[in-house]
Amino acid sequence: MNLHEYQAKTLLQKYGIPVPRGQVVAVAKETVAVTTEIASDAWVVKAQVHAGGRGKAGGVKVVKSADEAQSVANELLGKTLVTYQNAPDGQPVNQVLIEETLPIARELYLSMLVDRTLERIVVVASSAGGMDIEEIAQTSPQKILQEICDPLSGLVDFQARNLAFKLDLAGEQIGAFTKILKGLYRLFKENDLALLEINPLVVTTDGKLFALDCKMSVDDNALYRQKALAEQRDWSQEDSKEAIAHHAGLNYIALNGNIGCMVNGAGLAMATMDLIKLHGGAPANFLDVGGGATAETVAKAFKIILADSNVKAILVNIFGGIMRCDIIAEGIITAVKEVGMQIPVIVRLEGTNVELGKTMLQTSGLNIISADGLTDAAKQAVLSVQNQAVAA
Amino acid sequence: MSILVDKNTKVLCQGFTGKQGSFHSEQALAYGTKMVGGVTPGKGGLIHLGLPVFNTMRNAVRETGANASVIYVPPAFAADSILEACDAGIELIICITEGIPVLDMLNVKHVLNSYNVKLIGPNCPGVITPDECKIGIMPGSIHLRGKVGIVSRSGTLTYEAVHQTTALKLGQSTCVGIGGDPIKGLNFIECLQMFEADDETEAIIMVGEIGGSDEEAAAEFIKSHVTKPVAAYIAGQTAPAGKRMGHAGAIISGGSGKAADKIRALENAGAVVASSPAGLGEAVLAAMTLKKVMA
Repeated sequence: MNLHEYQAKTLLQKYGIPVPRGQVVAVAKETVAVTTEIASDAWVVKAQVHAGGRGKAGGVKVVKSADEAQSVANELLGKTLVTYQNAPDGQPVNQVLIEETLPIARELYLSMLVDRTLERIVVVASSAGGMDIEEIAQTSPQKILQEICDPLSGLVDFQARNLAFKLDLAGEQIGAFTKILKGLYRLFKENDLALLEINPLVVTTDGKLFALDCKMSVDDNALYRQKALAEQRDWSQEDSKEAIAHHAGLNYIALNGNIGCMVNGAGLAMATMDLIKLHGGAPANFLDVGGGATAETVAKAFKIILADSNVKAILVNIFGGIMRCDIIAEGIITAVKEVGMQIPVIVRLEGTNVELGKTMLQTSGLNIISADGLTDAAKQAVLSVQNQAVAA
Repeated sequence: MSILVDKNTKVLCQGFTGKQGSFHSEQALAYGTKMVGGVTPGKGGLIHLGLPVFNTMRNAVRETGANASVIYVPPAFAADSILEACDAGIELIICITEGIPVLDMLNVKHVLNSYNVKLIGPNCPGVITPDECKIGIMPGSIHLRGKVGIVSRSGTLTYEAVHQTTALKLGQSTCVGIGGDPIKGLNFIECLQMFEADDETEAIIMVGEIGGSDEEAAAEFIKSHVTKPVAAYIAGQTAPAGKRMGHAGAIISGGSGKAADKIRALENAGAVVASSPAGLGEAVLAAMTLKKVMA
């Protein structure tokens, strides 16, 4: 789960990490009060969306007056901001963050994440701030610094100093940087973060350090114990079908194709998408219905898949496992009737009682095609979509 | 022979009297697994499914002499259960639970490093040696005792590999679901190493997916340490970057973890990589033929 910049900065402040003075607003006229309260020569108005590349997309603007702040806020609020990261659909701007501007001398990069190979929290820093870290990794890998945190001792002062000196910080900045890093480590652990990125961390002309921009994402598995963060989730930033699926307890990800997929198991669900592509089709989604595949969950899944108007056929791929195929077939038949399915449903079942399950599907009198195996299922789904295109 | 589990493995179930624990313990008993009891704190002294229930793992291990444990407790308590099994001297811990916070697993792995213990999972289907021992949620009926060792990050794709090798009468020596989480116990390399050393295993199927670089590391290991034929499949070739595909560990981030890179690494290591999940059986046959020709 991602946080907005303004939410992340509130957390930073709580952990003693300096951020520019600022205030988030949802209504343009509120900017007047903010610019009055935060005295500055100029302010920056930043669209709050869950995507990088806001600056280049026109979502971050420097303004010189209260009037200008209000007109920029007015222009951004309610707009859909399309950046290179969230294209082509973009995301709605429901809030803008107004901040003071700072006299910047240098821009640094700082992040914390869980390295899955090392099985440790790792701090990454670079003197090439303001750039995409992947870009730095490609163009100047020598500029990427790293410190690995021991789970017991955590991030230790000397590690912060190691980074600070390599980043050419000096004097009081060393202590300030160490304090920032230790605060970030505590924040990361106490809030179950999956990623924390400050880019840039700026050094002002008078030598002070500030987190100018910040991205945070929280480990989804830990949301049960991070209730305050979970409540800050902004569903408007996520695909509406994905949001509905999440609330229905289903794992759904929207894609651009026209063959809807309903599969049990995440690996098989990905493999089913790949199989459709392999046979010349395009998957409309990833959907893992889990082990149960009851009539109720199947009906819910069908409804979510059908909410995508691009979908021309649905491929159901269930490896029965312990659950019997006849019970799954019954669930599919009930669900197809319940949602009043208008498009063909291709079903591949495998597992206990598979023959009985197939017979039930074939004799249901519904628009259900029972496939023989994985490959046949994918081919039938692709063919069905192609035939519809020809008929149209 | 087989790897990890056999007919002598004595298994405890943590979360024994819960819905999942009860259902799958019953299935395991029916399969012939040597279940010796279970733990549910507060229910010690009861008899469940004809087996004793204990309050603590220490008592359970002392009374039953168990050497393996399977965990079906909810994610909030799973890290505690793994550590309890470890403390009680269990040698093989299999954690089925999905949804354990990553930071919990970091701590667990750190502690486990100072014990002589193997962890499988979390977020996995478990491990089975056909006709001898089934620990986990996989359907026992699709298996056939035989010569292919299977290791996989995905549950249902393991079943696909099993189904196809059973249909081809190759059968399986042992199947290990290592799970879909980013921080986990046994990884591909440890399993490949055990399969390489196991007499009964003649060929290996490895099923990977997007996210991380474990498949690339496994490919390096295959190149230098595995003489047996290896077939592979990588799921997620059509997965978009930056999206978590069901499994916590299945995500392409910052340009790394792509299926294409993993496939290339495995092919370079001499593995036969199936382009379709339906082609796993044929791929392992091809890998076996290829090795014979080369020899």
